[in-house]
Amino acid sequence: MSGTAPAIELKGISKAFGPVQANKDISIRVMPGTIHGIIGENGAGKSTLMSILYGFYKADKGEVFINGTKTEIPDSQAAIAAGIGMVFQHFKLVENFTVVENVILGAEDGAMLTPSIAKARKSLKQLAEEYELNVDPDAKIEDLSVGHQQRVEILKALYRQADILILDEPTGVLTPAEADHLFRILDNLRNEGKTIILITHKLREIMEYTDTVSVMRQGEMTATVKTAETSPEQLAELMVGRKVLLRVDKKPAAPGDVVLSVKDLKVTDGAGVERVKGISFDIRAGEIYGIAGVAGNGQSELMEVLGGMRTGTGTISLNGEPVDLTGKYSDGQSRRARGISHVPEDRHDEGLILDYTAWENTIFGYHRDPKWSSGPLMNNAAIIQEAEAKMQRFDVRPPIPTLKAKSFSGGNQQKIVLAREIEKNPDLLLVGQPTRGVDIGAIEFIHQEIIRLRDEGKAILLVSVELDEIRSLSDRIAVMFDGKIMGERDPETTDERELGLMMAGISEEPDKPAWKAVEENLEAVEHGEAPKHG
Amino acid sequence: MDKMPAWADVVLIPIISLILAGILSTLVILAIGENPLEAYKLMIEGALMRSAGWGYTLYYATNFMFTGLAVSVAFHARMFNIGGEGQAMLGGLGVALACLFIPWPHWSLAILGSSIGAALFGAAWALIPAYLQAKRGSHIVITTIMFNFIAAALLNYLLVGLLKPAGAMDPATAKFPEPTHLPTFQDMFATAETPLFRGAPANVSFFLALLACLLVWLLIWRTKLGYEIRAFGYSQSGAKYAGISGVKTIIIAMLISGGLAGMMAVNTTQGEAERLILNMTEGAGFIGIAVALMGRNHPFGVLLAAILFGFLYQGGAELALWTSIPRELIVVIQALVILFTGALDNMVRMPLEKLFLALRKKEA
Repeated sequence: MSGTAPAIELKGISKAFGPVQANKDISIRVMPGTIHGIIGENGAGKSTLMSILYGFYKADKGEVFINGTKTEIPDSQAAIAAGIGMVFQHFKLVENFTVVENVILGAEDGAMLTPSIAKARKSLKQLAEEYELNVDPDAKIEDLSVGHQQRVEILKALYRQADILILDEPTGVLTPAEADHLFRILDNLRNEGKTIILITHKLREIMEYTDTVSVMRQGEMTATVKTAETSPEQLAELMVGRKVLLRVDKKPAAPGDVVLSVKDLKVTDGAGVERVKGISFDIRAGEIYGIAGVAGNGQSELMEVLGGMRTGTGTISLNGEPVDLTGKYSDGQSRRARGISHVPEDRHDEGLILDYTAWENTIFGYHRDPKWSSGPLMNNAAIIQEAEAKMQRFDVRPPIPTLKAKSFSGGNQQKIVLAREIEKNPDLLLVGQPTRGVDIGAIEFIHQEIIRLRDEGKAILLVSVELDEIRSLSDRIAVMFDGKIMGERDPETTDERELGLMMAGISEEPDKPAWKAVEENLEAVEHGEAPKHG
Repeated sequence: MDKMPAWADVVLIPIISLILAGILSTLVILAIGENPLEAYKLMIEGALMRSAGWGYTLYYATNFMFTGLAVSVAFHARMFNIGGEGQAMLGGLGVALACLFIPWPHWSLAILGSSIGAALFGAAWALIPAYLQAKRGSHIVITTIMFNFIAAALLNYLLVGLLKPAGAMDPATAKFPEPTHLPTFQDMFATAETPLFRGAPANVSFFLALLACLLVWLLIWRTKLGYEIRAFGYSQSGAKYAGISGVKTIIIAMLISGGLAGMMAVNTTQGEAERLILNMTEGAGFIGIAVALMGRNHPFGVLLAAILFGFLYQGGAELALWTSIPRELIVVIQALVILFTGALDNMVRMPLEKLFLALRKKEA
């Protein structure tokens, strides 16, 4: 590669936000026609670095070279002009515009729309053929699947002549099959000489799809290596700064009596849409029942009904006793009194009050427990003392109960929630996205705690969009799609491909390549037809 | 990490805001050709250098403490109760009915009865907007402000008709009977040798307001109910997760808020006027918003802010009395203080936060 200038070269980039050094003296070179991964924990400074490259932030120090030329990028217009395109984690699309309208948005030539739409339509067709980026140009964004919306974002960048494409956690919201398709697109783009920067926290994606990888930790670039010459273990160690157990150690489950029994549960949301369409399952003591699925297929609503935050119809029984689903006789607090603990999917909005101190959060939901008050007043001293002990046991850092919840890192916040819910010694633990936005070191700890609870003979319902997590923790796996359970699988005998298909709403269809079947099915959904359930 | 130390947030920002308001007021006074130093001297002497001045300052402060607490309590549940004015008017009605129609033997019992009456009527006036917000999602700001107008009209109707003694010329109730009259500061503290607080309206309800500050502090930071109110205010979805009923929390917080606003009438109606008159609130319901903002919704902050605004009210009255500075200008000065301490809070906060961050960086 000597002789070619790197597509991107960053030299000594530093950026501080107040006392926080988000980027410290970072230098990387990305050669053209490669996929370069950037991996690191939350808060390692990946996004800051890319925001500097895209002109959202100005670096305090350092230089940017694009194709060997020193380039100033004061804003995103300049980044686009320099041939940089960015696909954000949260798409920036106008929901009620069509694909072609979104693509030309901000790149219209002239006052009249018609000529630029025609031009865009032509080039969209060409791009679609070239890179397998098929999207109906006249479909409205709100009618498209998430995977297709992401393609529109990529098309937007390519339409603006981007040669360098930055993708920020692109697979977070995709099914495995959609993710596979995305990586095929990226592969095609690379073969055409485009340069791709892939920001992710998933080791597997880095190992499978990148040519080179840079690891970031606490604002510093700890290493840049050729992907072929490294291993997941080594990358994890570079990310965290110590050896990390990537596999979950657990004994086989010893299921006991049925703790939770759900029969024909239906949930309708505020807008009148049926989110859970009649599902039934049992969970026994001493087992982890994992529910896999792409976000938005009814898992959240299921958890909320069980946790007493929503109403539903059907029957649920806990240890053989019926549980009220109408909301007339029950809420989150009465569920807790029955022995159901709930680690909600969204710890920022639900599991914690971010403006409350850690100690106030350690009784959240249990604050009416007479244990915490004497007379009309709360016994703050006792709560603080207890909180300190809990925080020690769950290794919350720093173990200072008077700090506000928002000043802890994601992993430590989650530990506060887990400490509160697990320490109540529930019969049933509902856990949603236990490791979302949590650093690798804390993931290990959280997984161990969940398994420890299982081994104590508790029933656990785990909902996660991370398939790897579901597979490594669960004793039985159910896949939810479109409000229904597509089927149950044994984690020992199933594989990612099978689960991925189920997540897309298909049971086995052996002759077709997996992605093809998924494509067809998604297209069917987009056109308002009922998905085929094989 | 918090961006700056707590003391800077609580003490420094209000002081800087006040200084800014002071500078602008100085310019305004200069512009109309008066001597600002003279004016400030007059305000301070009139409001703080004589015991009678304090008697007025604390009388106003009592009103602002009640209305400020009312806004704070509601605000902890993220309810913006700007209906303090109307709730106070209804509180006045509660006081009047309690004082006129129950034969109290002694003021100490009468103040209990009138407080309950004021709180109940004020709370009832807050209940309807609270219910509409909790159950129907009608915005509390809109409904409470509308209820201010309804309260004013209702009071007008009652004072011109039903409650006006036959033959009286002004729209007011009859004078309350002698045993309900509250002891003023003059009654309590002045002796024959030291004539303190002469003629000033400050009365025993000031101590009621102090008690209210303490109780609100206990309620918000030391009880389960306060915990739930604050949790609901910070995150409604969080409250739902924890099984805290939104409807219940909104309604209870608003009832307490309305009750506190209503209790202001004990001070004005029973303590000062000794009968219910039109416009007995004199805008104190709205000043309560500024007081709560400046006091950071903390009872102690509310106490200090209430005294400050009491000073501005009394000092302003002195100015109007002794100088040719027109009354409207005093309103301008008061408005500047409200503007800087309440609305323009961030203007002072942002540079200060940057300053503290820079200082911290230097240390690190």
